[in-house]
Amino acid sequence: MIQGKVIKYGDNIDTDVIIPARYLNTSDPAELAKYCMKDLDETFTERVRPGDIMVAGRNFGCGSSREHAPIAIKASGISLVIAETFARIFYRNAINIGLPILECPEAARDIAEGDEIRVDVKSGKIENMTTGKVYQAEPFPEFMQEIMKSDGLIEYVRGRMAKS
Amino acid sequence: MGMTMTQKILAAHAGLDKVAPGQLIMADLDLVLGNDITTPVAVREFEKIGAESVFDKSKVAIVPDHFTPNKDIKSAEQCRLIRNFARSHEIENYFEIGQMGIEHALIPEKGLVVPGDVVIGADSHTCTYGALGAFSTGVGSTDMAAGMASGQCWFKVPEAIRFNLTGKLRPWVSGKDVILHIIGKIGVDGALYKSMEFGGEGLASLSMDDRFTMANMAIEAGAKNGIFEVDGKTIAYVKEHSAREYKVYEPDEDAEYAEVIDIDLSSIGLTVAFPHLPENTRTIDEAGEVKIDQVVIGSCTNGRIEDLRAAAKVLKGNKVHPGVRVIIFPATQKIYLQAMREGLLEIFIEAGAAVSTPTCGPCLGGHMGVLGKGERAVATTNRNFVGRMGHPESEVYLASPAVAAASAVTGKISSPEEVVK
Repeated sequence: MIQGKVIKYGDNIDTDVIIPARYLNTSDPAELAKYCMKDLDETFTERVRPGDIMVAGRNFGCGSSREHAPIAIKASGISLVIAETFARIFYRNAINIGLPILECPEAARDIAEGDEIRVDVKSGKIENMTTGKVYQAEPFPEFMQEIMKSDGLIEYVRGRMAKS
Repeated sequence: MGMTMTQKILAAHAGLDKVAPGQLIMADLDLVLGNDITTPVAVREFEKIGAESVFDKSKVAIVPDHFTPNKDIKSAEQCRLIRNFARSHEIENYFEIGQMGIEHALIPEKGLVVPGDVVIGADSHTCTYGALGAFSTGVGSTDMAAGMASGQCWFKVPEAIRFNLTGKLRPWVSGKDVILHIIGKIGVDGALYKSMEFGGEGLASLSMDDRFTMANMAIEAGAKNGIFEVDGKTIAYVKEHSAREYKVYEPDEDAEYAEVIDIDLSSIGLTVAFPHLPENTRTIDEAGEVKIDQVVIGSCTNGRIEDLRAAAKVLKGNKVHPGVRVIIFPATQKIYLQAMREGLLEIFIEAGAAVSTPTCGPCLGGHMGVLGKGERAVATTNRNFVGRMGHPESEVYLASPAVAAASAVTGKISSPEEVVK
């Protein structure tokens, strides 16, 4: 179960604003976190608290395939991202590095900045503690749950290679 | 129900007779690609897996092209790391400065992708190779690491949007205008999780360079991949560049598409995408008076020989506007040499443009043409997001090489017809 305060953004949040390319001369998570969301929201790094939940609109994480984007979000303390839809490379990357994400258009539209929400990632149940409303996201297919259970793709592949 | 081109290729690489949209499969890979930004993260993850070697030394390609030639010490260290990795794992397709090019122009030129292949690359524009009738898609660094170790990648089988092309392009109109027009029509998430499959009689009027440009920007509509039907031009290109065996897949006649869109190529005009999304398109007539500070001609989208020829046709005998900086990047060493032999570089330099060694540098605001506060650029690149080419308050207008070159001469967004009489 994940519980946290919401930081909210709009549609088409691209990976260039999540982590601008000028900071990609490193892949150190703590270093990347210092510049997360900078070009869109100067205040993000100051106000984000460990466990906060990011909620956004359509096509979250579009653009460049840089894995530095979900890494920066995770390293800045965000525990979960809920969006109406995710761009597909970001979706894969988030699962692969173990940043929990959920697609739920209704919740993504409804939930407001500052709301306190509680989420069961496995079942997809999202509760807004501030408004009392409950939403149901599509839970992950079993295959992706397996990857997440293995603590990301690397451990999953390790396991498979050890067996073969 | 029949299958799309993408579904057939994925089925064959998963050892299945048939796949359906939404099905999760494990597919064998023909090529795994990375660059100097994504490979360092992949190397770290690869080492965690504990594999002794990559799955096939001839099927991994590493191209240092983003912050190269090294722009600063940290970038130099990232390149050093991947160079050492390539050496110690005897990666056959590591391309050093001096032989390299922008990865998505270089890989087809080196014959590393042929029709029917399945390719992943830790770079979103890996979808470029769909122009060759291959399934090719961008992934992150962890997928690259797993692919290098196992030679496999998991995919969710996508649906497709079918684009039936008819007619012929009008003068000055190029593949860039066609793909910008399409993104303007369907939006930046119009093909989310889907394939964009291009075919039809109009294909005949599109050169391979036009097709590479169009497949390259499939990701800007959110697509998993862009893919072109294979014709005589594709086969001629592949035979010229590769000795590998290829397999041509055609969509089934009864293939099921999420949507079918007819595109009459002769109806498309010169198209520009305004800030800050590639879907904000206008035709050149609707552009209005937009003064500019910089022009960038190049990138994995538009740095090929035909792009440089189009720019040269406009710049020949003209001078760059005094208020504009023009930077031209041939996408590979081979293209650079060809442009030199054809006299294109002389035309550029005589006009007052800077000509650079291949690099992705300015496209992503890395180096070699970063924008300052409030500055505007016309670029032949692929993204015009906030801060993409530099300062968060700078602006990028995406256009074809002909429009970019014309704008370089007039100092504002312009049609080549205004410059070439």
